[in-house]
Amino acid sequence: MRVVIAEDHALLRDGLTRILQAFDFEVIAVVDNGPSVLPTLLDQKPDVAVLDVRLPPTFTDEGLQAAIAARAAVPGLPILVLSQHVEPLYARELLSDRRGGVGYLLKDRVSDVGQFVDAVQQVAGGGTVMDPEVVARLLERNRPLDVLTAREREVLGEMAAGRSNAAIAARLFVTEKAVSKHINNIFTKLGLPPSEDDNRRVLAVLAYLDS
Amino acid sequence: MGCVETRDWIRDGLRAVATGLLTIVLAIMNIPLFVFFVLGLVLTPVLGFGLVILPGVTALIRAKADLSRRLAGWWGVRIDRPYNPRPEGALPVGWGAFRWIVTDPATWRDFAWLLPGAVVGLALGVVTLALPAYGLEGVLLLPLWLYLGDVWYGYGVNWPIESIGQAFLSLPQGALILMLGLVVAPYLRRVDALFNRLFLGPTRAAELRMRVSQLTVTRADAVDAQAAELRRIERDLHDGAQARLVSLGMTIGLAEELVERDPATARKLLAEARETSSDALTELRHLVRGIHPPVLAERGLDGAVRALALTLRIPTSVDSTVTGRLETPVESAAYFAVAECLTNVVRHSGATFAYVSMRHEGDLLRLEVGDDGHGGADPARGSGLAGMERRLAAFDGTMSVSSPPGGPTIVTMELPCASSSPRTMLSSGTD
Repeated sequence: MRVVIAEDHALLRDGLTRILQAFDFEVIAVVDNGPSVLPTLLDQKPDVAVLDVRLPPTFTDEGLQAAIAARAAVPGLPILVLSQHVEPLYARELLSDRRGGVGYLLKDRVSDVGQFVDAVQQVAGGGTVMDPEVVARLLERNRPLDVLTAREREVLGEMAAGRSNAAIAARLFVTEKAVSKHINNIFTKLGLPPSEDDNRRVLAVLAYLDS
Repeated sequence: MGCVETRDWIRDGLRAVATGLLTIVLAIMNIPLFVFFVLGLVLTPVLGFGLVILPGVTALIRAKADLSRRLAGWWGVRIDRPYNPRPEGALPVGWGAFRWIVTDPATWRDFAWLLPGAVVGLALGVVTLALPAYGLEGVLLLPLWLYLGDVWYGYGVNWPIESIGQAFLSLPQGALILMLGLVVAPYLRRVDALFNRLFLGPTRAAELRMRVSQLTVTRADAVDAQAAELRRIERDLHDGAQARLVSLGMTIGLAEELVERDPATARKLLAEARETSSDALTELRHLVRGIHPPVLAERGLDGAVRALALTLRIPTSVDSTVTGRLETPVESAAYFAVAECLTNVVRHSGATFAYVSMRHEGDLLRLEVGDDGHGGADPARGSGLAGMERRLAAFDGTMSVSSPPGGPTIVTMELPCASSSPRTMLSSGTD
């Protein structure tokens, strides 16, 4: 799988490259500044890109802007955005095209190598991966969620983070059948259209949380 | 609408006439004050009576001058109090008070004002009263003339009035003069106020002196706040991230020792180390958010406030004309002020809706945070509002709170934005 990395910090750049190579990704380009991200993405059309939000020369949000611009030019181009902090505002902007193949994670998550690589693969496969902190902050402010039970809220959080039924079941130590029952309840209570497609489901949940 | 305007100028006129009457009384009071002041001065070397009389008379003169300043304020002329503050430890009378009074230039300017102020006040006051009074006479004259019969009398252009037809003419003339009097009266008051300002306002030097003492206070506050902030950061780092990194090093070191002998335990220790590093990062992230939120660095005030509004429990709308980037210190002060207000809204107001409005007009940044809660917020009662006011003062910013019981609460903040004085900053490293 061909991957482009954009990260200005040398240590993190090397670390990311090493991890992805160890899991048989082909790192075709490594970029260390904002202005070259977009041309590289449009030029190389990688299977997935891993971008840092804050890049030189202005150290603001050029990585995020490049991700949005690239996905406007190449709809659905899989991009995983990494940052030292996460903002629901940025998540909203990334998700606004309502397409999958997008992820937004704290850099801390890279230290759990297995999960990080899973996330990259999920994004490359057109899935949506959202950092648990974004989800937590969205859940925190949503009052209508009071209609859900504690367990249902937990399942909703996992679902919003982009996990499949099987993954949710494993994390919450319940059966997949129980998970799908919870999900049905959630969708009914929140008035969301049911969807079998995992990615559509994530987008629906995030859109609901962000409304 | 026309009706309201009419009532407005009549009300203003009547108010000006009433003030004119008050001014006449006050102007006459200047004369005895002048006499007493001179008496106090003359008696100072004689028996030291002046040490008692002069402070007393000065207090009266100042009270009187303050009244004139207040009256000037009614007509849109702002006159600041120019007096030096009383030195600490000085009694109301005696040598300390005497020295404080005679060394203050404002005392002598007040003294110089007493007589000219009286003359101008009296003259303008009389004109203010006389015009409407004469108009009123014209309006009421006709019945009077009819009553008095053929007594010699005249009004306006008809002098003396010889026929009943001419008597009728005094009515429109009187009405016209009355109207003119009411229209002119506020302007006369303004002229009086402007004249008083020549004497009663602070001189340029006094203005600068007041500015310096204000800057001294706000600078001390800013330095204190900054020092406290640095201490807090130091403590947070010391007790938090630093301690965790130490423990991280120890755990990894131990794992290194055990990796051959007991790989299972080594693996457990490494997992623990990863957990600790993640905790340290979380702590650092919170700390950084408190120092300078990353989203503020990335998106500026507008984006940062929008990002904040998205994460609040209460629906919050953001309306902003702030585009581009402001000066970093102002941006940061403005952000934290808005954030503090919104925190108060969420915690205390019981509101179901909040809004933020940010306007950048010319050199002024105007911020407004409002909610539909139950009100009753009081900056004097030691909430975060007072601290916020002090922090804004370091930028010559102001804050006002309107929060009647029952709500709504509106906090308005103003910050001068394009600072004309060059600000030298120690550059701090970016990441």
